[in-house]
Amino acid sequence: MDITSMTAVELGKRIQAGELSAVEAVKASLAQIDKVETSVHGFVTVDREGALRRAEEVQKKIDNETLTGPLAGVPAAIKDNLCTKDMPTTCSSRILENFKPTFTAEAVKNLEKAGVVVIGKTNMDEFAMGSTTETSYFGVTRNPWNTDHVPGGSSGGSCAAVAAEECAFALGSDTGGSIRQPSSFCGVVGIKPTYGTVSRYGLIAYGSSLDQVGPVARDVTDCAVILEAIASHDPKDSTSMPPGAGGYDFTGALVDDVKGMRIGIPQDYFIEGLDQEVKEHILSAAKVLEEKGAIVEEFDLSLVQYAIPAYYVIASAEASSNLSRFDGVKYGYRTPDYEGLHNMYKKSRSEGFGAEVKRRIMLGSFVLSSGYYDAYYLKALKTKALIKQAFDRAFEKYDVILAPAAPTTAPKLGASLNDPLKMYLGDIYTISVNLAGLPGISIPVGTDSKGLPVGMQIIGSCFDEAKLFRAAYAYEQTRAYERPELVKASKETASEETVSAKAEKAASEMKTNKLSDEAVRTMEGGDR
Amino acid sequence: MANKISDETIEYVGILAKLELSEQEKEEAKTDMEKMLDYIDTLNELDTEGIEPMSHVFPVSNVFREDVVTNGDGSEDTLANAPLKKDNSFKVPKTIG
Amino acid sequence: MAKQYETVIGLEVHVELATKTKIFCSCSTEFGGAPNTHTCPVCTGMPGSLPVLNKQVVEYAMAIGLATNCEITRVCKFDRKNYFYPDNPQNYQISQLYLPIARNGYVEIQTGEVKKKIRIHEMHMEEDAGKLIHDEWDDTSLVDYNRSGVPLVEIVSEPDMRSADEVIAYLEKLRTIIQYLGASDCKLQEGSMRADVNLSVREAGTTEFGTRTEMKNLNSFKAIARAIEGERARQIELLSEGKKVIQETRRWDDNKESSYAMRSKEDAQDYRYFPEPDLVPVIIGDEWIQKIKKLQPEMRDEKLERYKKEFDIPQYDAEILTASKAMADLFEAASAICRNPKKVSNWLMVETMRLLKEHDMEPEEIIFTPEHLAQLVQLTENGIINSSVAKEVFEKIFTENADPAEYVEKHGLKTVNDEGELLKVLQKVIAGNPQAVVDYKGGKEKALGALVGQTMKAMKGKADPGMVNKKLRELLK
Repeated sequence: MDITSMTAVELGKRIQAGELSAVEAVKASLAQIDKVETSVHGFVTVDREGALRRAEEVQKKIDNETLTGPLAGVPAAIKDNLCTKDMPTTCSSRILENFKPTFTAEAVKNLEKAGVVVIGKTNMDEFAMGSTTETSYFGVTRNPWNTDHVPGGSSGGSCAAVAAEECAFALGSDTGGSIRQPSSFCGVVGIKPTYGTVSRYGLIAYGSSLDQVGPVARDVTDCAVILEAIASHDPKDSTSMPPGAGGYDFTGALVDDVKGMRIGIPQDYFIEGLDQEVKEHILSAAKVLEEKGAIVEEFDLSLVQYAIPAYYVIASAEASSNLSRFDGVKYGYRTPDYEGLHNMYKKSRSEGFGAEVKRRIMLGSFVLSSGYYDAYYLKALKTKALIKQAFDRAFEKYDVILAPAAPTTAPKLGASLNDPLKMYLGDIYTISVNLAGLPGISIPVGTDSKGLPVGMQIIGSCFDEAKLFRAAYAYEQTRAYERPELVKASKETASEETVSAKAEKAASEMKTNKLSDEAVRTMEGGDR
Repeated sequence: MANKISDETIEYVGILAKLELSEQEKEEAKTDMEKMLDYIDTLNELDTEGIEPMSHVFPVSNVFREDVVTNGDGSEDTLANAPLKKDNSFKVPKTIG
Repeated sequence: MAKQYETVIGLEVHVELATKTKIFCSCSTEFGGAPNTHTCPVCTGMPGSLPVLNKQVVEYAMAIGLATNCEITRVCKFDRKNYFYPDNPQNYQISQLYLPIARNGYVEIQTGEVKKKIRIHEMHMEEDAGKLIHDEWDDTSLVDYNRSGVPLVEIVSEPDMRSADEVIAYLEKLRTIIQYLGASDCKLQEGSMRADVNLSVREAGTTEFGTRTEMKNLNSFKAIARAIEGERARQIELLSEGKKVIQETRRWDDNKESSYAMRSKEDAQDYRYFPEPDLVPVIIGDEWIQKIKKLQPEMRDEKLERYKKEFDIPQYDAEILTASKAMADLFEAASAICRNPKKVSNWLMVETMRLLKEHDMEPEEIIFTPEHLAQLVQLTENGIINSSVAKEVFEKIFTENADPAEYVEKHGLKTVNDEGELLKVLQKVIAGNPQAVVDYKGGKEKALGALVGQTMKAMKGKADPGMVNKKLRELLK
């Protein structure tokens, strides 16, 4: 039985049926981590002992029928910006290297209530700032489809771990595309729900008005089931929204029927910079839906080119404020040598944050500084209002919008960081969705000539995840899930093969997979 | 219109952000910021006259808590991650006094 | 001839609201407590924590806004004020800049015979900071976040005040209003009311404002008055020497009676305000405003008029009784029990005020219950104790909230009403003081007083002096 290749729902069913136990499921995940983690490096922390202990507890509850849900006993990984009590939560930053939260994020708590077993924390761009997972203090994560390429970001660790079958599913967070773009690069399914659907309590904030937690899994059904589990109206998060008329029923939307569904494709998304192969894949996926009875039309969304500049003003401004709490006083890194208070602040922060984080804090502090607020911040908020209006108009005509998740497939490691502006342009299809608070899902639609996955994004109207799930599910029925070669190889080879050669390195429980100082320096050098 | 960021501005923003940049980092920050601001300035092409700035996407309002004490002694958790502590308090370099 | 200068003063008054919990979390606001015991992830700025607004804060702020004649902002929002300081755990303070809860109000003050309106520019809600304790031993500071997140309103006046007297009158007026509303206890010493003074001087007769400074760390009315005098003198001296006043924040040291600038390269005073993304707007409709108005208790001016009418109490007395909510509450409660407002008023006006002054206390610090004061009035009125005994008992009530009936019983202080015993004593006194008797009979009224005194002394003060007087006159006829 190939446990780790099962979707979360399949695995959950088998566990409920008594065909295998939660402990076996967790052991299988840990074994797969031993095999592929040295190639992929999707995790910052793997909590072996804790995971096995929790699996035993969960299994007891399954046995006495107090846990009967679809996710009970299923092993999952959590992006390292979601707080987990007593388990390190680093945001892949030096400044939080030894930080152990005293409470668990609401979304993770909801998973634990459903009987999910958290096995570890996944790597990410430092504080979710980046699109490649290369800005992590703990080293890069590699794309399981081709380890010379990035997995995307910022939830690169979550998406790579799911694609590499190190866990049944993972949670990510999405501020400007951080779930959808890496899902696209890694050939998995990831959804950013409508802003306010999942509580942000315990999510370490980057851009508070844009951040949203969401699932990453290997099919649409899993995503719907996981979203049902994590969505909640949380009194601890003032921006958390009560459920719509349909409650949190997302699985009800998993119907293979798009007859009469109105689908819009923004013409203005097909611009310079969009890879020809990606374009063809998206258009042929649209064709598939059309053949299934959907009405597909091209239209002008407008304002496409203004989303990124507006986003960088808003996100950087909020980040500059959100990240000011990291100062060496209450938690996290404090520089060993300092003279006086302000010197302590400056040195702790300068040594604790990486280059990309500092870049955005500087930009955010500048745009908010005296005399510039109106020109930058207010202007960006007005642009955001216009972008929201443009989407509102589109959703008067269409049930969902189809778009690429990213203009290209996964670039090579080190290729993007040299030019931040170019890296930012990679987010052109995802960012406006965050600005407008909309839900968006990325699903695999094939691979390009380099063998790298292409993702299609389906964007829905606010709190209309149902339509988005239906379109994604209907499309998914037309093709089989594709696995990276690395994963296939890991299943065929014996444990002493190359992928597991360095497995003992990861053998200690609760290990923080930190690169050597030298490697970190090299990486930071490459950031310029 | 190309933005120019002066040494003084970088110095000033460093004070606001509590970041100490090396000379090389300062030069890079200047170039980065100039580029980003030029890009952000494309927003000026948009006519936003009369548009209400939107900070919250959804018209939610009046989310409150009732005034009831439910938290107990939190000092242990509060201080659990403190880099330096003394007398149940966080220890920092001397402020004014 | 030396130039004449006018002082222009505006105030920023911070008031800690009397809620049970903090503004954004369910931690207790109780004063004191071991360091960091009243804290949670929210009020210590833990990563991932989020604020949720305490509804009572909004209602207290609305009540204060309405009572100070402000317009209530119908859509009000919170903003972040960004600055680094260890007492501020997130390194930003959640406050209000763009849409504060109340604007454009005023209160009327009186100094001497002169009445004047002091305009309120705006009033906003915000969170308090933690406390820093300076450790002289190893040159460090210790941070306690118990106070972090305690709700504040900041009331910003227009620069309408011209003297320390007006400033004190304005502060007293605000304090009375807020105490009457029950929105805060407004204790300057404990820091639940704090005032920053913005002061500038200008040549008399000119209309343009001079450059102002902001004075912080003023924690008593006396310190405020001294700081105003000190800063006024400092600025005038600068100007008359042809120097300029620098716009800056200064810290008052009340022991040295001088101030110093809080300037530092690291304090850029550029707060980078922007809308707080973690909180949603507060929308205030007519219905809510009406509800708060209805809940508004009787305020001082109404109470004063009612006391005059209902209890036939003179203006001056009514002013004193209503000057603080604590006093007025005590008066009303005690009067309701003993149904003798005149006597209650008398005890509060004379003995209570005397003892407050003697102990350097505020009416809010009174510890005795209205029940005990009412009992004392009843004991006196019923002739069970005489007035001098009553004074002695009252001191015990004032200092330790003694139960008067119990105290009188225990110390045997009841007036002796046994006529037989009194007559015996009187006869002894008459026999022992023949000269006084002769004097009285010869027309010297004073001599009777001496005899009364002798009798009271012999009876250890427990006789009713009126009765002694009457009986003596009868016996000496």
